[in-house]
Amino acid sequence: MKSRRDQSARSTTSSSRAETIFYSAAALISLLGVAEATYLTVIFLSGEAAVCGGSADCLQVLGSSYAKIGPVPVSGLGALAYFSAFTFATFAGFGYSRARQFFTWTVIAMFCMTLWLLFVQAFRLHAFCRYCLFSAALVFLLTGLVVARPVAETQRN
Amino acid sequence: MRRYLPFIIVTCVALLAVGSGAFLYRNKRAANPALKISNAETDQPGETVHVLGPADAAVTLEEFGDFQCPPCGKLSEPINQLQKKYNLRVIFREFPLPIHAHAKEAAYAAEAAARQGRFWQMHDLLYREQAVWSKSLDARALFNAYAGMLQLDLDRFKKDMDSSEVEQRVQLDVGRGAAIGVKNTPTIFINNEAVPGPNSNPDDLPGLVEAALKKAKPSS
Repeated sequence: MKSRRDQSARSTTSSSRAETIFYSAAALISLLGVAEATYLTVIFLSGEAAVCGGSADCLQVLGSSYAKIGPVPVSGLGALAYFSAFTFATFAGFGYSRARQFFTWTVIAMFCMTLWLLFVQAFRLHAFCRYCLFSAALVFLLTGLVVARPVAETQRN
Repeated sequence: MRRYLPFIIVTCVALLAVGSGAFLYRNKRAANPALKISNAETDQPGETVHVLGPADAAVTLEEFGDFQCPPCGKLSEPINQLQKKYNLRVIFREFPLPIHAHAKEAAYAAEAAARQGRFWQMHDLLYREQAVWSKSLDARALFNAYAGMLQLDLDRFKKDMDSSEVEQRVQLDVGRGAAIGVKNTPTIFINNEAVPGPNSNPDDLPGLVEAALKKAKPSS
C-alpha cells in the first residue's frame, strides 16, 4: 500500500516536473517572439525601415500592404499574441489548468496566422522576410510542443 | 509566495517589453528627429529645396548626388553625422547620371516621397539599400516596398513617381547643376565653394567642414 502511494507521489512529482519544463520551454520561445515582434513594431512606429542586411525580399515583405491591417502593424498583433502565449504558458507552468487551454488555443490561432503569412510570402509577394521566417519557426516550435504534450501525457497515463 | 509568482513574472516581462520598446522608440526618434525640410526655401519661383538643418547655420553643405552612385552612398551617413555634429545646413540636389540604369527612377522615388514629407527618410533608405536595388531587375518594385516601409500612401507615391511634376523637379536640379558646371557625383559645395572631387570622401569632408566653420566664426 505504502509502496503504491510512493509510486503515485513520484509519478505526480515527475509529471509536474515535466510540465514545468514543458511550459518553461514554451514561455522561453514565446519570450523570443515577444522580443522580435516588439522590435519590428517599434521600427514600424518610428517610421524607420528595418535593417534587412542587404535582402531585397525582406523590405519587400515588410513594406507590403500585408504587413499591416488598417493602421495596425501585423508585428504589433504578433507581439500581443506572443505575450499572451507567454502569459498562458507561465500560468500553466504554475498549475493553472485553464491557462493550458488558453495556451493551446492561442498557439493554434498563431499557427493559422503563420500559415496565412507564409502563403502570402510564397504565392503573393514571391519574397520571404527573415524576421517573418524566424517568427514562423518559433510558432512551429510552439505548435510542436502543443502537439507533443498530449502524447507525452498519454504515455505517462 | 508561489501563488503570486506567475503574476510577478508576467508583470515583469510586460514592463520589460514595454520599457525596452519605449526606450528603443525614443532612441530611434532621437536618431531621426523631425526633419526641418524647409519647403519655403526657394531659389526660383516654385522650386522647393531639400534642406536639413537651420537656415542660419554657419556652414551650408550642398550636395549634387545620384542615388546609384557608390561614392555618394558612402558619403550619405558621414554627411548625416556631420550635420548633427556641427548643426550644418545640408542641401541635397538630384543629379542622376545617365550611366546608372535606375538612378533617375530612384530620384523620382525620393521626390515622390518628398511630396509626402519623407524625402530624407527615402534618401537615407535608398543609399542604405543601394547595393540591393542597383542590381535588381525590377527596382521599381523595391521602391514601392520602401515607400510601404516608410508608411507612405502607396497609391499616391506610385502616381507621383510617374507624374510630370516630379520629373520636372528632378530636371530642375539637373539643370541647375549643369549650369554651374556639375558633371560628376558627388559634387559638393561648402558655403558655395566647390569641394575638389578627390576630397569628396568621408575622410576629408570633416576637416573641410571644420575649416569652413573656423572661417565663418574666426573668433571661436
